[in-house]
Amino acid sequence: MNIIVCIKQVPETTEVRINPETNTLIREGVKSIINPFDMYAIEEAVRLKERFGGKVSVVSMGPPQADAAIREAISMGADEGYLVCDRAFAGSDTWATSYTLAGAIKKLGQFDLIICGKQASDGDTAQVGPGISTHLNIPQVTYVKKIEEATDKIMRVERMLEEGFEIIETPLPALLTVVKEINEPRIPSLRGLIRAKSAKITMFTQKELDLDPQQIGLCGSPTQVVKIFTPTPRIGGQILKGEIPDIAKQLVELIKDEVN
Amino acid sequence: MDYLLTDEQKMIKELAHKIAEEKIRPAAAKYDISEEYPWDILKVMADSDMFGLFIPEEYGGFATSVFNLCLVTEEFSRACGGIAVCYAASALGTFPIVLFGDDQQKKKYLPDLAKGKKVAAFAITEPEAGSDASAIKTTAKKEGDHYILNGLKHFITNGGDAETYVVIAMTNKDKGARGASAFIVEKGTPGFTFGKKEDKFGIRASSTRELIFTDCKIPASNLLAKEGMGFIVTMRTFDMSRPGVAAQALGIAQGALELAVKYVRERVQFGKPISSFQGIQWMLADMATEVEAARGLVYSTARMVDAGIKDVAKESAMAKMYASDVAMKVTVDALQLFGGYGYMKDYPIEKYVRDAKITQIYEGTNQVQRSIIALKLIKEMAK
Repeated sequence: MNIIVCIKQVPETTEVRINPETNTLIREGVKSIINPFDMYAIEEAVRLKERFGGKVSVVSMGPPQADAAIREAISMGADEGYLVCDRAFAGSDTWATSYTLAGAIKKLGQFDLIICGKQASDGDTAQVGPGISTHLNIPQVTYVKKIEEATDKIMRVERMLEEGFEIIETPLPALLTVVKEINEPRIPSLRGLIRAKSAKITMFTQKELDLDPQQIGLCGSPTQVVKIFTPTPRIGGQILKGEIPDIAKQLVELIKDEVN
Repeated sequence: MDYLLTDEQKMIKELAHKIAEEKIRPAAAKYDISEEYPWDILKVMADSDMFGLFIPEEYGGFATSVFNLCLVTEEFSRACGGIAVCYAASALGTFPIVLFGDDQQKKKYLPDLAKGKKVAAFAITEPEAGSDASAIKTTAKKEGDHYILNGLKHFITNGGDAETYVVIAMTNKDKGARGASAFIVEKGTPGFTFGKKEDKFGIRASSTRELIFTDCKIPASNLLAKEGMGFIVTMRTFDMSRPGVAAQALGIAQGALELAVKYVRERVQFGKPISSFQGIQWMLADMATEVEAARGLVYSTARMVDAGIKDVAKESAMAKMYASDVAMKVTVDALQLFGGYGYMKDYPIEKYVRDAKITQIYEGTNQVQRSIIALKLIKEMAK
């Protein structure tokens, strides 16, 4: 089974500070780690490889220092690492990121499965995984907490819902995003660390990937961060009373007032 | 203090640190209470290749390095002295095979020990033969191509849980110390059983049992080195393993010091954190300096051993004796800094005091270590 794992390097702290002028994360002085949810993705991929054979390729888009995150994944048992890295990709939102990563994955050739963490701990969007599957036109199953059965053709998984879970069977190739309930990531072995230290990480720049320049980086990102703020807690609220048609009318008036 | 570790040594230390913080520390109290053997944690150590650090590459290890063993034992002991000794005692049981095993013995036993599939133990102590190892009564009688073992070993760390034992027995009682020999004995050999498991003051995660040999028949090929070399095997093994015991003491002291510094910064009395009081600060300064001095001795000795310097008996004894005395003092002072809370089992610090105590006793009491050091000094002057 050929498995691709997409990982992101994120700041270790959960209390990320934001530059109020540029509305971007202040990364200086903060230790970088693999996004914790991606650790479960790496672990699950390595377990599948140990069961079925094949290989695990790790792909990450980020600055040159994301090399360390890929090496850590290799120390846990991944076989190959690819760093998608170019100034042209800077400022990518989830659309441009998933488009670019999908482009890199196409370049890697045939695969059976892509695994991503359910979301990144810094952006918390949970959009890049589903975005990649959409760009690649393959099925996606999000919030996977257990792989029940896997063959070379299909995979049956348990998917977490807010209350309970559902069982989904998907043809392969497919993309899964996984939650922390799926496994306990291993501590690397010394052999793994030594291998990771000298592993060759392949770099993909814009040049190597067949991408539409209009869909990458800041200019390919429809999301514009206008302002970042902590929402003030909601206070009170108004409860409308009466018959439903009356309430509807009152509500429309209130919204009109609010808009005006 | 910067000990100018190589990249590889840093990698090993960081990996051991990760295992200690993520796996050992959270489980330390549980195993201290239950006295169960921490198999799940030894599995993590094994999967991370930690058991390969004292075994040559050609037998599946990473080359024998007492220094690396010390780095790892120190990190593990920072989190739990009991779990750490399960690991270190396997090194103790493995060293005789590494040092004196023939190629066949090494091929048979070392690969599984390097992978951590099996755990080893070393057995010399008997009820009436502690510091006076020449008083051992266990016998090994040669009959054809076998030896028949009879006798009792006690206080054997990893006893019962280890698969591979190196046992010292008398092959010729008339020769005294020169009549002892070392044998590899596998768990499950008929006539080899286990006695009671000890209920200990500290290092409770590790198992300590009696080994009972009743007409236990082992192949003659399990003799290590030659007949009569049992004490040489033992002494050379202890030269290798004593820095490890010193590293265990060092780790316990370091762990207690860290907990104490953290606590005094949080504990407020008279409107201030107690770390702002000079009386507390001076205690911390003494503790930290003693721990660092112990580390200097331990690391230097380990480096001497790895460099192949033959006679390290004095330095090994100094490192073991000093680091364990420091561990005892620093853990007691750390408990003092925790005040009344420190005396309660709800806090982790009392366990450090209990775990530290054994390091002054086993692998040669500190009184025996002092005798070794003093005799060496006198001999050196007499040259």
